[in-house]
This record gives sequence, structure tokens and C-alpha cells, in this order.
Amino acid sequence: MNRLPLPALKYCGSGMLVRIQHPDPAWYPRLFGILTLLIVLWPMLVYSEFKPWILFEAQSLAASWHFLASFAPPAHSGEFLHLLLVATWQTVAVATAGLTLALLGAIPLTLLAAESLSVSQIETGRMRLAGRLVRQAARWLLILLRSVPELVWALLFVRIVGLGPTAGVLAIALTYSGMLGKVYAEILDSSESQSTQVLLKNGASRLAALFYGSLPEAAPELISYTTYRWECAIRGSVVMGFVGAGGLGQRMDESLKMLAGSEVASMLIIFVLLVGAADRVSTLLRSRLD
Amino acid sequence: MMRTAISRQTALLLLGLLLLIAASFYSLVLKWGELFSADALRSGLEFVRGFSPPELAWSFLSRILDATLETFSMSALSTLIAVVFGVVLALPASRRLGAVPYAVIRFLLNVLRSIPELVWASILLIAAGLGPFAGTLALAAHTTGVLGRLFADALENLPPAPEASLRINGASPLAAFFYAALPQAMPQLLSYTLYRWENNIRAAAVLGVVGAGGLGQMLKYHLSLFQMPQAATVIIAMLAMVALVDAISFWLRRSLTR
Amino acid sequence: MPLLLQGVSVQHGQAFALSDVSLTIEQGQQIALIGPSGAGKTTLLHTMACALRPGLGELTAFGLLPWSLSHAQRHKLRARFFLAPQTPPLPPRQRVVTAVLAGCLPQWSLTRALLSLFRPVEPDLAWEALSRFNLQDKLYARVDRLSGGERQRCGLARLLMSKALVFLVDEPLSALDPVLSLQTLSVLQQEAHERGATLICSLHQVELARCHFPRLIGLRCGQLVFDARSSEVTDQMIADLYRHEPAPAASLEVLR
Repeated sequence: MNRLPLPALKYCGSGMLVRIQHPDPAWYPRLFGILTLLIVLWPMLVYSEFKPWILFEAQSLAASWHFLASFAPPAHSGEFLHLLLVATWQTVAVATAGLTLALLGAIPLTLLAAESLSVSQIETGRMRLAGRLVRQAARWLLILLRSVPELVWALLFVRIVGLGPTAGVLAIALTYSGMLGKVYAEILDSSESQSTQVLLKNGASRLAALFYGSLPEAAPELISYTTYRWECAIRGSVVMGFVGAGGLGQRMDESLKMLAGSEVASMLIIFVLLVGAADRVSTLLRSRLD
Repeated sequence: MMRTAISRQTALLLLGLLLLIAASFYSLVLKWGELFSADALRSGLEFVRGFSPPELAWSFLSRILDATLETFSMSALSTLIAVVFGVVLALPASRRLGAVPYAVIRFLLNVLRSIPELVWASILLIAAGLGPFAGTLALAAHTTGVLGRLFADALENLPPAPEASLRINGASPLAAFFYAALPQAMPQLLSYTLYRWENNIRAAAVLGVVGAGGLGQMLKYHLSLFQMPQAATVIIAMLAMVALVDAISFWLRRSLTR
Repeated sequence: MPLLLQGVSVQHGQAFALSDVSLTIEQGQQIALIGPSGAGKTTLLHTMACALRPGLGELTAFGLLPWSLSHAQRHKLRARFFLAPQTPPLPPRQRVVTAVLAGCLPQWSLTRALLSLFRPVEPDLAWEALSRFNLQDKLYARVDRLSGGERQRCGLARLLMSKALVFLVDEPLSALDPVLSLQTLSVLQQEAHERGATLICSLHQVELARCHFPRLIGLRCGQLVFDARSSEVTDQMIADLYRHEPAPAASLEVLR
């Protein structure tokens, strides 16, 4: 048996130190790991200005308390509720329109990026150079689209098209076409592609191969992922309101700046309900597929 | 009979979906005309051209590095906090401590989860002041909700025999949890954690938009002054950081789940 | 007297997994439980470990009625029993040392238990327990690297760690070859003897049971067929016990 040469010592209840005969060989690596973690943690605490005690200073306590106290009762005047309703619908509409556009962008990119739909790979066993380049380009485009956070897209579009929902729709469309395209391609590639291959080998076009081969098999997974992303898009469209893309987020931003706690409270309630409802609908759609 | 009923329902659902999409496009005042007008195209191109070349002066790069480290710390720290609270809350949320705590904690997790990070940040700014600390707390709050629920689901779906066996022999429920349930669920919990970290780095990058520090704050600042080269550098730094975290997470996932 | 069963019946859904079983078990006895598959052996062991509540009849353990005690008191009582399931349910990625030391959990405080997850607190005890089953080399191996037989003995090493006074062992030899079976059985019997503990062991190896256990309990279809000294058990009784009959085997779930 390999054992550590160093005898580990253990303190006993009687005050004696006895040697552990079979010390844990993983103990020193583990200790080293924990220490490294602590050493890395320290600068992180400094950088993020992690000072929990300021939460409990009298001044911030008073400010928080004052703000929280103004939450009750949530604002519920007819006028405000109407405003909220409009904003909520706008949030949902931005998410839905954005996702629809994203879908329109993602589908052609998927067709380009998916390996299982390659015709040249069948002919020669490997892809042609041109095909490979197009595929790689499509992949890079997808990566770029989804790597830039949606909020950054929104900030940029607000500069171009001005304040309003257009920026939000475009931002969601770009980011989500990147996400959808990547995952669609993965799903198509990982689904049992035998029927697709047979179709392609028999001279079917890429589109025909997609519709009669991969799609029927992968459809439930594709739809399920799309609904999940719709749910995410709703959350995203709330957030984009904060940079001026309309909807609930923008109202929230305004109310927060005025420290209008009661309005914030009703909006938070609406958030929770909205996200809960999106969750419900998306679960319902997904369960329908099984 | 059943079949037609189901397909009828599905058709209705699809119809509803189409209506939703149509209504969305109809009700939003989308400025397509302006977007695709020659004028807008020109100003858009100019806007994009303004990005190059990115600002690469040393003094600016060192500020970028600072903000990147700040953003990185926010994401890592908040994930760590969320893991701790997530596990603690997952205990009641996986029906291990009775029915009432289950309902209460599940509700709490839902609330934490449904409020986006950015909204949390803008609320927490009031208590924690401007800066990365508020951002860290905001990320931690939202992530606790997400991870708590994922952890709870994972812990609920474990094979019960190892835990039951320890409890039958007289171990306390908590001890049995740590000796049987947790080690079984560990790979899944780690995988969820890394997934959320990848998410959090993206969120942390933009939290600054509401004043919670990091790269986002720089981006908003330079964009509002129309300093495009600086904004371009910030965006590149964001992309590089996200790619780096994805790589670390990929490597960790491989070495941890082995 | 550790265990007294009076007319105990246990239901799984509609079917009776045990019906009207009465037994008296004295401290320090070594008993083999035999009978065809689905006879209710596992159910009986679970009932004795206070893990299954009898639907009818009464179970007395160490002079107490576990199912009229409070939850906490009953749980305390459970520490006096150790139930070793047939295939020990060990988390696959756990290390053997932790899995074995888990047998100490009823005695340990939560802090000690958590500390031991970072660094095993009594690795030497675990080593000794494992060495009695010739597994000392596996002390720091991971459970999923063990063979089925090694895993089974690892579960029994956990039994040695516990402070239980009654060992309820379900098919401890099912994954072992004949030589290992003998060794393992003798370790169990020796430990029970030294501790003055009661050993109740369900077995499929009837010959082993007849040679090594002074008392045999035969179960069939949830009913007690015989409860006798092994010298009094005849070949005919065994043949009757295992008489083939297409009986629906009651499947069994482990519960709290």
C-alpha cells in the first residue's frame, strides 16, 4: 500500500497525540485546494467591494427601510394599472416579435452550420473547402451574435434607432438567433441522422432532407428549446426597458429613480406573475409534445 | 376520438400562438422605415465605423483590466454565495423538512428567480450604494433562486435507498443528507453551478448599466458620450472575458465530473 | 429481550407481505431466515428494524413499543439496530472510508460528521473494519471502483462500525463465492458473539444456514412455516418450504 511518508498526528480526547496509521492520501491535495481557493477569494472580495456591513449601517438601513416601507400598499390606481397593463403587453410583444425574427434568422444559419446536412461530406467523405468555409463562417457569426449580451445590442440599437421597442426587438432578434442557431444545429447533428443521410445519398436536396429526415425526429426538442427561449426573452425584454427599449423595464426604471416604492411593488408583483405565466405556458407547450 | 380532441387542442394552441405573434408585430410601433431608410443606413454605418480602431492606449487598457477583474469577481463571488444559499434552501425545497417549509421556500425561490438580475441590482443599489457590491448581491439573489430550484429538483429525483438506509439505521436526517444525497447529486450540482457561472459572467458584464460597477458601467459611460473606440474596446473585453470563463468552465466540468 | 413480534402483518398495497407472524428473539441469538424469494424475508427484517410499520399486530423492541413512541424516541431506538440491505446502497462517487464511517453517524454529532467529510476522522477504525473482510487496500478507493462482492462487504464493514445490538443482515452472501461466503459469515458471527449482539441473517444458502446457525426461521408467502432449532429441521421441512409453486412474488420497496 502506498501511504504518505509523513505521519499525521491526531489529537485525542485524553490529551495524548496518537499517530493515525492510515492517513488520507487525498488530505494534503485537498487542503492545498481549499487554501488556493481562499487565496483566490481574497482579491475577489476586494475587487467586488464586498462589504456586507454597509448594509447594516444606520444610513443605509434607514434608506432601505424607508423604501421598503413605501412598498405597502402596492400602487393600484386605475390609471396606473392601465399604464402597467400596456407596459406588460409591450414587454410580451417585444419578446414575441424578437423571438419570431430570431427564428427567421436562425433557421438559415442552422442549415448552413449543421454538419448532418452536408452534401459534400457524403460525396467525398469529407467536406469541400468552400462548404467548410461557409459552415465555419456561419458558426463564427452565430458565436458573435450570441456572445454580445442582449443588453449591449439594445444599447447600440437605442443609439441607432432611438428610444422605443424597436431597439428591444432587434436586440432580442440578434442575440437569440445566435443562441437558437447554435442549439438547433447541435440538436440536428445529435439526432439520429441515418434517415437524413439516406435521403441525401439518394439525391434529395438539403431542405428535403431536413423536412423528411432530421426534422420529424428532432421537432419536439426544437420546439421545447424554443419555448424555453421565449420564456428567457420575456425576462430579457423586461431588462432591456432599463436602457430605454420600452415596456415594464422602462417604467420600473422611472419609478425606481423617483423612489416610488408602491409602484415598484406592483411592478415586482407583475414580474413574478408574468414570469410564472410564461413558465406555465412553456411547460404546457412542452408537455403537449410528449 | 381522443386523438382528434388532442389535435384540436394543439391546433387551437398553434392558432393562439400565431395570433400572439401577429398582435405583437401589430401593436408595437416598429420603426422599420426609419431603420432601413438611406439616412438611417448611413448613420448606422457611420456609427459602426466609429468603432474602429478600438482604443488601445495603455492607461485605458489598465482601466479595462480593472473593470474586467471587477466583473469577473462579481460573477464568481455571486455564484459562490448562490451555491451556499442554494444548497441550504434546496433542503426544504426538496421535501426533506416537511410540507410547510416546502411550500414557503419554493415560493421564495420562485420570487428570487423571476426578478431579473438587473432589476435586483437597481433595487439593491438603494441599500448597498452604487458599485460592484450591489451587483454581486443582485446576481447572488437571482442565482440563488435559479440554483435553489435546480438543486431541489436534482435532490428530489435521487434514488432514495442510500439516504433511507442511513436513516433506518438511526442517522439524523441532516447527516444522512450529507452522507448519501449530496455525494450522489454532486456531479449534477457542479454542472448546474458552472452553467450558472457562465450565465452570471454575461449578466455581470451588463449590470453596470444601472450603476453596479464593472465593464457595463464603462460601456454605458462611453456610449453616452459617443466615444465609440472606447466602447469598442469594452465590448471586445467583454467577449474575451466570456470566452475565457467558458473555457475555464469547460475545463472544470471535464476535470470535476470525471 | 430485543424483539418480540405478536401477530404482525404488513401490507404492500393489497397483498400481505407478512401475515400474522409471531416471534420471540432473545439477546445474543444467531438466527437464519430462510425461504423462497418473495417470502417476506426482507419485509420481516425491515419491520424488525422499525423501518416498516406493522399494519396489524404488535412489535416490541427492547421492551418498548416503537410505533407508540414519539418520532424522535423511535429514531433513537433505531440506532440499536443495524439493517444491512442486500445490495448496500452506497453513493457511487463516495470513497470507501466515508461510506464505512457512515456507520458511526448515529453516534456522531453533526459537526463531527461534517468534519469527517473533509478529512475522515477515524480512518484507522474503518481500516480495521475493512481488514476483517480483507478489504483494507480499498480504504481510500472510490465505491464505484469496487466489484459487487467488494461493495457488499463494504456495506458489512459499515455494520462493524455501528454500535448496534441487533444485526439485521439481508442476504449478505449473494454476491460472494463459496470461500468468501464462509469467511464473511464467520466475521459476522464472531462480531455478534463478541459484542453479545443478536444476529438475524436472511440466507439463500440453506446448507450454510443449517450448519452455522443454531436457530432457523422458515418463511413462505409471508407466513411463518417453522421456527426451530436447526438440529430439528428436517430435509422434508426444507423441501416443503421451497416446494415449487407459481406464486406471485411481492416486490418490495425500501421505505423510511
